[in-house]
Amino acid sequence: MPFDSLPTPTLNEYLMISGLLFAIGLAGVIIRRNIIVIFMCLEMMLAAASLTLVAFSRFHTVDGLPDYDGQMLVFFVITVAAAEVAVGLAIIVSLYRARQTIQTDELTSLRG
Amino acid sequence: MPSPLFYIFAAIMLIGGTMVVFMRNPVSSALSMVLSFLGLAALFVGLDAYLIGILQILVYAGAIMVLFIFIIMLLDLKAEENTSFRPAALAAGIVIPLMLVFQLTGVINNQDSLRDIPALELEQAATNFDKNTMIHKRLKDGRLPDTHLLGKKLYTDYNFPLQMVAVLLLVATIGCVSLSRKNSK
Repeated sequence: MPFDSLPTPTLNEYLMISGLLFAIGLAGVIIRRNIIVIFMCLEMMLAAASLTLVAFSRFHTVDGLPDYDGQMLVFFVITVAAAEVAVGLAIIVSLYRARQTIQTDELTSLRG
Repeated sequence: MPSPLFYIFAAIMLIGGTMVVFMRNPVSSALSMVLSFLGLAALFVGLDAYLIGILQILVYAGAIMVLFIFIIMLLDLKAEENTSFRPAALAAGIVIPLMLVFQLTGVINNQDSLRDIPALELEQAATNFDKNTMIHKRLKDGRLPDTHLLGKKLYTDYNFPLQMVAVLLLVATIGCVSLSRKNSK
């Protein structure tokens, strides 16, 4: 392998990168007003958590293999996220049918 | 995965994520999200999680983002006309995540577990499995049967959560149908 001499990233680098992705998703949730984009940023935060889980799974070997419990959790996160997106988008569509808008600052019925 | 590749894919992921937040047009946001998830899937593959990487592309970049784009086009959303973000929201949206990042940097810098990635011992791991199984053969050949191992775990240790997820998907389907009926009062 020609690349074997190169260094490999450490666990801390993976954690830092996933923390940065989580922070970007959080920024999007706070800044944006379009509820679909807010929803996408939530998905991004879920994906950042998945990266943490997979990194821990690879760095904690059990009997010479990666610890697959972490990857199992990612599998379930992906499944639940898919169900969540389906229900969330159905709610957004019915919200749009009722109010003709999906900007969060125009949805003030609850005086929030 | 060597460090240069890691940094390239991490940069793709973070740039895609930043573009999701700062693109005015929701369709551009959704496509940047696909870019971000492609980088993330590459990182998963670099961590020897081949099945999770493929699932990330198939389910997230394939199915979920297509659903998002479909809804954006169905609702016929225009790019936001007033091009300025609210200053208060922009300030809060930059300060709060920055605080999170600083805190995280502090915690990570204090951890001295700056260890390298542990090597996989496939030949040795093969002795834990029955000789006739595919897992044993693949491990003997020096390959990581990622999907076989995950499937084995899914149908033994995680059988009950799997059935719960099946119920959850059913409930989500019923919820979607009842939400999108015409007279759902």
